[in-house]
Amino acid sequence: MVHIKRLQEEGADIIHVIGEIDASSSIELDLTIAKSVGEGHRKILIDCHALEYISSAGLGVFMSYIDEFKEKKIQMVLFGMQERVANTFSILGLADLLNIRQTKGEAKQLADELSV
Amino acid sequence: MSYQFNTGCSLNNLKGIRDFVRKALDQEGINEITKGEIVLALDEMCSNLMIHAHHCNPDDSLGIRITRGDRQHIIFEIIDKGNVFDINQFQTPDLDNLIHQKRKGGLGIRLVKSIMDEVEYLNRDGNTVCRLTKKI
Repeated sequence: MVHIKRLQEEGADIIHVIGEIDASSSIELDLTIAKSVGEGHRKILIDCHALEYISSAGLGVFMSYIDEFKEKKIQMVLFGMQERVANTFSILGLADLLNIRQTKGEAKQLADELSV
Repeated sequence: MSYQFNTGCSLNNLKGIRDFVRKALDQEGINEITKGEIVLALDEMCSNLMIHAHHCNPDDSLGIRITRGDRQHIIFEIIDKGNVFDINQFQTPDLDNLIHQKRKGGLGIRLVKSIMDEVEYLNRDGNTVCRLTKKI
């Protein structure tokens, strides 16, 4: 079960992911990111503080946008991951393919730097 | 030690499976990171089975049995009556390919193979058994 909230702050679309993302709920994450892109956001920050669990279905959603975001010059940064969630990204080597930071401030800063 | 859980093949039951595995591992004193990895591997295997062998039919059922092989090994069996979905027959997909093909699947197999020490399949009493072994 996952709840997703969005908030626009200083030119960035912040997506709060709350709960667990598995094969039954990853579609909600996918639709939310697609909506953000559709609305024209170029800085998408994913707040993972309240993300308790993620399986490959959720990781696959983030991966599926990597090429598209490069082409469209959209910056996506994930931040605030709990250790066990971060470990899932690390097992697959995704920590090197995605932009991941500890705090919202760092995530914003990176998105700004990459947007220049 | 022996723990048993049965559930229907709806993806909505994955959370119940994760809770069952976590509680069983709590009893065995497994550390948090290892526990998280095992829960993830079982989730991946069960969701693959539900999707590919049972088309998410909630009337089909699968069972999970957790036993201690010896002090260093825990054995997880996923038992069902579906066709074998043998992950050993799938090459571990290359990450770059997955990105360029924009595929949302394929990562689960990589995860399970990274986390578990052995994945084998057998038939027992007319059931298909997927046996995952984790060295701890």
